[in-house]
Amino acid sequence: MNPLMLWFHKSGSPPEFYRLAGRFQPWLWALALIFGVIGLYLGLLRAPADYLQGESARIMYIHVPSAWMSMFIFAFMAFCGVLALVWHVKISEVLLISAAPIGVGFTAVTLITGSLWGRPTWGTYWEWDARMTSELVLLFLYFGVLGLFHAFDDRRKGARAASLLALIGLVNLPIIHYSVTWWNSLHQGSSINLMTGTSAIDASMLWPLLIMTLASKLWFGASLMQRARVEVIDLESGKDWVQALLPPTAEKPKPQP
Amino acid sequence: MNPIRRRRLLFILLGLLALGIAAALVLLALRQNLQHFVSPSDVKTGQYKIGSRFRLGGVVEEGSFKRRDNSLDVSFVVTDRFETVSVDYLGIMPDLFREGQSVIATGALVDPTHFRAEEILAKHDEKYMPKEVADAIARAKAKNAERQP
Repeated sequence: MNPLMLWFHKSGSPPEFYRLAGRFQPWLWALALIFGVIGLYLGLLRAPADYLQGESARIMYIHVPSAWMSMFIFAFMAFCGVLALVWHVKISEVLLISAAPIGVGFTAVTLITGSLWGRPTWGTYWEWDARMTSELVLLFLYFGVLGLFHAFDDRRKGARAASLLALIGLVNLPIIHYSVTWWNSLHQGSSINLMTGTSAIDASMLWPLLIMTLASKLWFGASLMQRARVEVIDLESGKDWVQALLPPTAEKPKPQP
Repeated sequence: MNPIRRRRLLFILLGLLALGIAAALVLLALRQNLQHFVSPSDVKTGQYKIGSRFRLGGVVEEGSFKRRDNSLDVSFVVTDRFETVSVDYLGIMPDLFREGQSVIATGALVDPTHFRAEEILAKHDEKYMPKEVADAIARAKAKNAERQP
């Protein structure tokens, strides 16, 4: 087996994952914090104001990275869902369910900042246009994934049901992305085109945005590691390796029959 | 890959494919209803009856904005660069309202080319730049226009 696949298989075992995640976590938090502070400083204080919208365009530095993350995390959950459904990888179930609350957070931030941005620019907090409605549907899909998981007593069954919904919800992602091209909407089109690598945002305003994008990705990574470690301990609480983590003086719970 | 896993993967892929097709069909069927606004060209076709409420969207034609003295009564022309509809509105305009930028007006037709709005929303495009850059672009455009009479 090649070294990469070997590493992949090894880190899929709960104790090894717990150890690795614990090692990465502080670094991810530190990097997320550093890039986040730099990005916010550049975006909110140093970047120039927009020629049309003035200072209110600065909401972009929070809104756009959050919106990207809200979709990225859902795609990540769907990917974990495939691994969980086809290969029954325990860690991918744990990652899926740990990612969902973070996705809820980013989606909520996207909707709230978008609403606050809409008032001074468009003249309304909310319109039922395709972009906004599909993003709201994404929030409910996240709630659905979490709700479905918690509806089962057996965590692994719950995780598989949640995986299925994560896969079904995948349909919504292209709808969110293309809502502004397929239909005419209040929300403007995409400023940044990854296919052609072009951007309609001036370079002086683009850099803080890219730094914030990196920071939000790192934040997700850090938060995911922290949540997944708790989840994995919870899932494996009866196992020897978890018992071995307890300090020797602690009263050990009786192994479950 | 063992056969059970291969079968599961196949089911998932087929399921996603079916779901994708179903979603595409629904969206195609609802295409008209998913439009947030209609353009002056759509109005021209006559499918929007006088008095029925809808949203009209387009660019505010340059030089068309008029405000009646000492009142909040405004009028302007909305265009999609093919057809035009004139719009009346009584109220406060959103800050971003500019000639040459897009608006979405909610209201009804009073006659085939005349729209009475109850709400005006400003739409902006996907371009962001500092004022200096916008000014420089405007200057360059003016220069170009001078050179080619």
